[in-house]
Amino acid sequence: MLLLYTQGLCPCGIARMNYQLNFADLLNYQDVLLSGLWMTIKLTIVSTIGGVLLGIAGAASRRHRNGFLRRAAACYVELIRNTPFIVQLFFIFFGLPAIGIKMSEIEAGVLAMVINLGAYLTEIIRAGIDATPKGQIEAARTLGLSSRQIFFRIVLPPAFARVYSSVVSQCIIVMLGSAVVSQISVPELTYAANFIQSRNFLSFESYLVAAGFYLVLAFVMRLGLNALGSRAFSREEKPA
Amino acid sequence: MQGLTLKSVRKWSAALAGAVVLSLSAAHTAFADQLDDIQKSGVLKVAVPQDFPPFGSVGSDMQPQGYDIDMANYLGKELGVKVELVPVTSANRIPYLQTKKVDLVISSLGKNAEREKAIDFTKPYAPFFLGVFGTAKAEVKDAAELAGKTVGVTRGAVEDIELTKVAPATTDLKRFEDNNTTISAFLSGQVDLIATGNLVVASIADRNPDRKPETKFMLKNSPCYVGVHKDEARLVEKVNELIAKAYKEGVLESMSQKWLKAAYPADLASM
Repeated sequence: MLLLYTQGLCPCGIARMNYQLNFADLLNYQDVLLSGLWMTIKLTIVSTIGGVLLGIAGAASRRHRNGFLRRAAACYVELIRNTPFIVQLFFIFFGLPAIGIKMSEIEAGVLAMVINLGAYLTEIIRAGIDATPKGQIEAARTLGLSSRQIFFRIVLPPAFARVYSSVVSQCIIVMLGSAVVSQISVPELTYAANFIQSRNFLSFESYLVAAGFYLVLAFVMRLGLNALGSRAFSREEKPA
Repeated sequence: MQGLTLKSVRKWSAALAGAVVLSLSAAHTAFADQLDDIQKSGVLKVAVPQDFPPFGSVGSDMQPQGYDIDMANYLGKELGVKVELVPVTSANRIPYLQTKKVDLVISSLGKNAEREKAIDFTKPYAPFFLGVFGTAKAEVKDAAELAGKTVGVTRGAVEDIELTKVAPATTDLKRFEDNNTTISAFLSGQVDLIATGNLVVASIADRNPDRKPETKFMLKNSPCYVGVHKDEARLVEKVNELIAKAYKEGVLESMSQKWLKAAYPADLASM
């Protein structure tokens, strides 16, 4: 039995150990890889900004006096959080043209990312809003501030500060999720890795390098956003 | 009682015989090649397309069907083994072979120099032509006229490699994951030109006469080969022998008529 095992396993074990890493061949595709990386960065910047704005609007709507607005925001959040991102993306890119709404793959990708991030951030920011002590709002009202002033000056800043680390994590999730938009031919980092892999079959190296880029991007993004946060919220209560 | 004893004796002797065979085969493993392995296990694992009619698709009975599936079953029958179909996409069919998840790739696979570094090929078993197709509005007669135009193509497929070679630098090549996505991009109007095979185009015309694609120009005559793991000369030889037999006995002709609605080209048999 042991004989069978060793003989059965050896050839594949040796084959794996003999694998020659070949990063030199990737250098031929340096431009593809770097332009893919740049596209991922651009997608992330635009969708993070759009998603945060949409998330704030969504959270405000979910806690608005207007019942219709509240329900619309709730539907949006449930719809997006309970369907796969790739289905949302394909619906926008391949589905919407059937009713005459046609956009480029980059527009469709950004729209899908913004809508997706917006839904998750709506819930995250709403949680921050719900933690606002009632007394603060009552005090603001007593001072004669308008509802708009109360939301933007009294409620939102500390609420955002409270949930900031969750917001950052969600933005990073969406940055990593941008890999999916390669499926509609947006030439981002994963598209580049897929392309290179399709040309030289160096799957191990291509995806290892892509993974490395994503890792660095995620680290840099977290550091940058945390630095931005600690500067912006220096007057607010610190996140727990 | 008698029967029971006999039965148990039979069971034991069968187990013993099995053990002997097992140890014999174990001792033999070091020298065996893949053809032996297939015949020993009695199973031929074949990577087939599931999104590429008429080569491979899922029928109304939820069973895979197509030219490639018929070819896989023919080889299985001739080798006297069971066929296990493994559905793959055009992007992952070679990795499936490289990692030995399958014995053969019969997945409308074209041949090129870079692929020949990664895997071995048999003789061709099916005709296949590649070209650029598009709506009547898209006026293109040759590769040079693709300048500034957008063309959809399945990433990693032969048409991708060929088109990349001949298309002007200003052509926007949109590469999609698999054939279905490329077709969706065409049918939804996201692209007005696609590079693909003439067979795919026939099926698009069936599904959506409004956007019937016209042939703009040919890219390549690229017959299909069976993909085999590197350095399995005996398996390649055996498959070649069976392909030649299939041609001689008219099996390829009837498969071609059935799935491609055309005669099997004689020049393929001499390649």
